[in-house]
Amino acid sequence: MTNYILRKFKNQLFFILCAACVVIAVIPLISILYEVVSRGAPQLSINFLTQKDADGGIGPAIQGTLILIGLTSVIGIPVGLLSGVYLAEFGNNKYAASIRTVNDVLTEFPSIVVGITAFGLVVLGIIGSYSPLAGAVALSFILIPIVARTTEESLKLVPNSVREAALALGAHKWRTTLSVVLPAAKGGLVTGTLLAIARIAGETAPLIMTVLGNSYFFQGFSSPMDALPLRIWRDSLQPYANLQAQGWGAALVLILIVLSLNIAVRVASRGRLRR
Amino acid sequence: MTKKLTGDNLFRILAASIAASAVFILIVTAYTLTTGSSLVLQRFGTSFLFGSNWNPVEGREAFGALPYVLGTLVTSGIALLIGVPLSLGIAIFLVEMAPKFLRVPVGYLVELLAAVPSVIYGLWGLFVFRYWILNYVETPLSNYLGWMPVFSGTPFGLDIFTAGIILAIMIIPTVASISKEVITAVPNSIREGAYSIGATKWEVIRHWVLNYGRSGIFGAVILGLGRAIGETMAVSMLIGNATGPAAIPTSLFRPGQTMASLIANGYLEATGPLEKSAYVGVGLILLLVSLLINVAAQLMVTRVLKVKGGAVEQ
Amino acid sequence: MKTKHTITIAIVAIAIIAGGAIAYMFLSQPNSPNSETTVTLNGAGATFPYPLLNTIITKYTTQAKTNVQINYQSIGSGGGISALKSKTVDFAASDAPLTASDMASAPNTLHIPETIGAVTIAYNLPGIPSGLHLTGKIIADIFQGTITTWNDPTIQSLNTNRTLPEKTITTIHRSDGSGTTFIFTGYLSLSNQQWNSTVGQGKSVAWPEGIGSNGNTGVASTVNGTQYAIGYVELAYALQNGMSVAAIQNPAGNWIQPSLTSTQATVQSGAASGLPAGNASWINVSLLNTSDTNAYPIVSFTYLLAYKELNVIPQMTQERATALVQFLWYVVHDGQQLAPSLAYAQLPSNVVQIDEATIQSITFNGQNLPTS
Repeated sequence: MTNYILRKFKNQLFFILCAACVVIAVIPLISILYEVVSRGAPQLSINFLTQKDADGGIGPAIQGTLILIGLTSVIGIPVGLLSGVYLAEFGNNKYAASIRTVNDVLTEFPSIVVGITAFGLVVLGIIGSYSPLAGAVALSFILIPIVARTTEESLKLVPNSVREAALALGAHKWRTTLSVVLPAAKGGLVTGTLLAIARIAGETAPLIMTVLGNSYFFQGFSSPMDALPLRIWRDSLQPYANLQAQGWGAALVLILIVLSLNIAVRVASRGRLRR
Repeated sequence: MTKKLTGDNLFRILAASIAASAVFILIVTAYTLTTGSSLVLQRFGTSFLFGSNWNPVEGREAFGALPYVLGTLVTSGIALLIGVPLSLGIAIFLVEMAPKFLRVPVGYLVELLAAVPSVIYGLWGLFVFRYWILNYVETPLSNYLGWMPVFSGTPFGLDIFTAGIILAIMIIPTVASISKEVITAVPNSIREGAYSIGATKWEVIRHWVLNYGRSGIFGAVILGLGRAIGETMAVSMLIGNATGPAAIPTSLFRPGQTMASLIANGYLEATGPLEKSAYVGVGLILLLVSLLINVAAQLMVTRVLKVKGGAVEQ
Repeated sequence: MKTKHTITIAIVAIAIIAGGAIAYMFLSQPNSPNSETTVTLNGAGATFPYPLLNTIITKYTTQAKTNVQINYQSIGSGGGISALKSKTVDFAASDAPLTASDMASAPNTLHIPETIGAVTIAYNLPGIPSGLHLTGKIIADIFQGTITTWNDPTIQSLNTNRTLPEKTITTIHRSDGSGTTFIFTGYLSLSNQQWNSTVGQGKSVAWPEGIGSNGNTGVASTVNGTQYAIGYVELAYALQNGMSVAAIQNPAGNWIQPSLTSTQATVQSGAASGLPAGNASWINVSLLNTSDTNAYPIVSFTYLLAYKELNVIPQMTQERATALVQFLWYVVHDGQQLAPSLAYAQLPSNVVQIDEATIQSITFNGQNLPTS
């Protein structure tokens, strides 16, 4: 009988431990959100968000992040999307299988390595100086594999009957893909892309040796540029309290951008078939 | 007839060539890293991998990546030691134990951990978490167990231990979500069979469910390891930035350095082509280690999850 | 339909991003009614002179030449020299002069001393204010790990009026390639034979132990955040952050507190003569351990570095070359007046003369450039 009580006790203990694991994991999240909001919110003001460094603001950093998101999207989304389309629609051969493997490998590249590559390719090579393009290229190297994979998965969810119906009506394969399959997978495509953008918006390591940082607003494609994650990193290492506070403010802005993208995706995909 | 083929073929060729961008990225990266590190590899050969010095002073140059490889392994090891049990607990809670209304919100909270950028983990770690760890964990450990070599040295918060714990937090979403999938994939017949012979819920989970899914969970762990190895910013802000032989991890409470944090902290300031090449060399080693681990993980995870139909949420 | 939601969200996201970037473009237009086109210069390098250089840049771009924007990234002397070599910046700043191999890989570079600063030994000892007596030999032993606790007899015997705690000393050094490190390790090599033979002098050395931080700011930040820590930071940073600094024994035997006065005393005795021309090597120039009785022993020049012929830099134009030369001229003349309030010593007149000749020798496409 005691054996049974012991087993029951272990059972209860186990539940408590598992619940405790959840609590332990959630505490850092709550603390981070709390600290970022409480330390960063006092910094927020129109001046802070729009003025440059010398006037006490992080305007160039916000602009830089927006420009990087824009450039990376222009370079990376079409490439990733088309890659995913190929893998999903034409992907039953060895070539596609190897592309798939390469993509999966790329998603796990350490981001600092991507930065070194972009430094060599763009900063020393194509452009010749620190440049927003170098940063965008580095971020695209991270974005493309992610978008390719999520695109492929979303397209695979579209039932084959839809494709067959279109083909039966006489549409070419490319027409079918563009006009029927892609729109049917719109939800998954957009959410996958938005998540990938949220991910690259927060990346810092690839930016260190590609855009370098700048105290002024965008100065052209052959000049260094600031970005929110870079600003946060540099400010956090300052001993001056006002600059540290600036870093928290920048962190708040970045978290707002990233979290709103994430939450938007979540809200939009609530209806989607999950499993 | 011919018109149709041309249109479709064009599209197929176009899409196929764009898809080759992945290969392009891989080749460019491999090429840049290899040519960039050729200088230091030619000069030092295998002693670059096994040496510990890091001396850029002219005339005394010596570069060795060993301390950083060890630092990466140790911090990732700590991350797994602490993060995997937590992740498993979370996964079990979410799949087996949680009431229906909690499942989605709690699952979402755990996923949000992955959305926080690494640099913000570092910022929070530098100003908040590091003092928690210092005051409530490191100092008591040092007071009572300081005689043990692994806890030796006066702790001040910026060390291998703190970096390892932050890594543990950061890999939780990855390991937990894949474990969740794996545990869900365990057929209910297994559970029912176990219950029918009188096992408690804990026993079912421990002896049947986890057993059945063990290769998938192992794959999840390896994927978490892969993430921990590549993590840069938070680690670079919390690990104390040691270089050279001082970076060899001897005690949890001493500053250290991982391959990724070394590059983040030092690449821009490298003077001279040899030193720059040394950083690229460390990057090359990091890439190779990361590739090795992730290929192993992919093999394991897909083997288990292939059983289920339909697309799988990453 | 859910897809409609997603599309709306996506469109909103894109609109915000694009709109935001464009809005910033408008916001970032310079406020001046000046119709001249904006000229931008990029520089990178030392954190040692950054408080002064930043002040000079701000004054110059807001008052003297409002159409010029100067973007200076303080990433450390090593980073500055590296950027100059790869020609990704227009000028660099470094406290360490170029070595022979630096000059070989970046030929025709000019050294332009911009100011003189002091390296302080800052510490975080609760209850103990500035003025702790330390010698160069002891400091080297601390950073080597030979002396490990604050109450070590060698330190305590020099400071009989204070009780030092029995705590381990945590040393903080620069993790980036730093001119401040170059100056500091140069001083340690002069003061401690063992340091000289095992570690030596450099922008980046093989530190036997301790925590590494980026930039003078990083070291200041880490020392302030870590009890019982000791580190080396330029004087301006120590003053701005209210750090406690040590009084070091100089060759005359006096215990000297780092300050503007003691730095100026060094300049008077050390920089009066024997300095090379701008296009020569400055590797042997040193203001360490000068002879004046009130001189602080750890003092150094810090340099602006530029190419003599500016057309080697990609995208250099006549306007930018002129702007650079005029900015350099401003730094060594009007800019010097901003130095004392930030505890940097002004350049003595003989150094200004050398700088003038150097700046006037800068050319673009072979043509000399106007200095004002």
